[in-house]
Amino acid sequence: MTATLAKPPVDVPAERELPRRKRNVGGFLNWVATHAIGLALGLMFATPVVFVFLTAVMSDNQAFTSDLWPREWHWENFVEVFDKAPLFQYLINSLTYSLLATAGMLISSIPAAYALAKLRWRGRNLAFLLVIGAMMLPPQVVAVPLYDTWSSLGLTGTLWPLIAPYFLFDAFSIFLLRQFMLTIPQSYVDAARVDGCSEFQTLIRIIVPMAKPGIAATALFCFLFTWNDYFGPLLYTGEVKDQWTLSLALATFKGMHIVQWNSSMAVTFLTMIPAVVLFVFAQKSFVKGITFTGVKG
Amino acid sequence: MAATLGARPAPGRGRARARHRLAVLGFMAPAIIGFVLFFGYPLVATVVFSFTKYDLINAPEFNGLDNYTFMFKDPLLIKAITNTLWFVVVLTIARTVFALGVASVIARLKSGVGLIRTLCYLPSLAPPVAATLVFFMVMRPNGGPLDSVLGWFGLDSPLWFSDPGWAKPGITAIMLWISGDLMIIILAAILDVPQEQYEAAELDGAGPIRRWWHVTLPTISPVLLFGVVNSVILALQLFTQAVVAGSAGSGAADATGSTKYLGFPDNSTLTFPVYLYTQGFRYFDMGYAAAMATVLFIISFAVTIVLVQRMRKNSSAEEGGPGA
Repeated sequence: MTATLAKPPVDVPAERELPRRKRNVGGFLNWVATHAIGLALGLMFATPVVFVFLTAVMSDNQAFTSDLWPREWHWENFVEVFDKAPLFQYLINSLTYSLLATAGMLISSIPAAYALAKLRWRGRNLAFLLVIGAMMLPPQVVAVPLYDTWSSLGLTGTLWPLIAPYFLFDAFSIFLLRQFMLTIPQSYVDAARVDGCSEFQTLIRIIVPMAKPGIAATALFCFLFTWNDYFGPLLYTGEVKDQWTLSLALATFKGMHIVQWNSSMAVTFLTMIPAVVLFVFAQKSFVKGITFTGVKG
Repeated sequence: MAATLGARPAPGRGRARARHRLAVLGFMAPAIIGFVLFFGYPLVATVVFSFTKYDLINAPEFNGLDNYTFMFKDPLLIKAITNTLWFVVVLTIARTVFALGVASVIARLKSGVGLIRTLCYLPSLAPPVAATLVFFMVMRPNGGPLDSVLGWFGLDSPLWFSDPGWAKPGITAIMLWISGDLMIIILAAILDVPQEQYEAAELDGAGPIRRWWHVTLPTISPVLLFGVVNSVILALQLFTQAVVAGSAGSGAADATGSTKYLGFPDNSTLTFPVYLYTQGFRYFDMGYAAAMATVLFIISFAVTIVLVQRMRKNSSAEEGGPGA
């Protein structure tokens, strides 16, 4: 095989310090003003969730009042919601959808992204344009015939119509992975080829290890997208309650299962946790991935 | 899958080329099949269905342009188009300006950047259903947190999701709260502006605001265009927030059966995709839904072309040298 390769120069524009400004009175006031605004911004984004949390731990009665701060802290609300609705079932459905879709995406999108980023072939540009086109297409446009097909296969009412496509084609993931792979210098691919690697070996032994951050980011986005998906589960499993995902079930909590604000906010809070946890563990991947969707053509 | 490809070095050029072609085909095969199955076929079928009357049970029945001519006589469709246009205009402007503003502030911070950036970005990862319920709770009239806070200043809270005039602004507020992805993109672009340009402007005596206006804005304009196009697409697809706000607002939350909440209050949240969904999957008027889908396709296709041309211009500029 190829000689050991140096660390890949996969780098996105690093954050840079703005120039140190002269410390005068105006500069100081400017500093205070910007940081006050910054702090206010941070608070503005965080406050809604703080209110949700505070409401979630209130007693049933207090949650109806205009109080902002709980008189007593009812931590058990987070546990009791599991009795009020089959949350475990919904959680399992959500995990089934998200994990299988992400796994399928990895199998199908990595080779396609590699072919689009690193191999030369006729029709490649057209293929990439089609990927972008598919990515931009509102899901409602193709919903009618797809529902018709899945329905004739007897698979509506299950999560399969949502999961299966990921094993073949996911436009956004292919797009994002291609953008990442473009940053890997072509010379690595050429060197592997000179050393007698087949295209498949080059992909598995050179590209995949080097594109690991990109693959991680893409997997994260795929997981979150499916976890957050509402239209898909509504379309295919709306009428089969034991197939509902958490997102879909959550939409019905205010009113149907639960009247109290504290319970519905407890569930709302719980469904937001996975995103936060994923972000805390993989902040760099997220920021990198997001940046890649917009900045690089 | 592509695993069957040979590993031996190719003896001849012809065979090498054939193997290369086979490799490309192997790598692309799942994507090609998937594209045809989940985009190619349904796009064609949507157009075909749009000329039929189809209820999913009886075979489709050709009815010419009936679905299209009915559009002009359907007051609800006109309402839905108006609502979606409202979002295309207001949401696009608000989201781009808001994300630009927040990113510009964060870019100027000298400490705490990481924390504030995280706080601004995290909401965009929340499930849209949860984000909508968060705002529904926070903005609820008569004792909601926002109502209480406004009360301290002697202000009255609007009825938000129960008032036809305030439901769309309410949804816009949700969309701004979850616009962190665009903020991150713009922030990266701002931090990427060559430092020399700022220094040159500073030497010319330009203050922070003029530097922002004359250096930052022009340099990041391609990213702002991306933000606009991205926001237009988001507005055209607006579905989840509208459905959840409508159902929670009407107090008749129900994922199935009842359609009475869709568009609540007074059809003010009935966006084009919500109406398409109602016609196709609640009333099973698949032909009419397909006609609406065809219209939506044409519009989003036009928007996509704008984006693709932007990207082309960008990548050719990148190849040509520094500067956009």
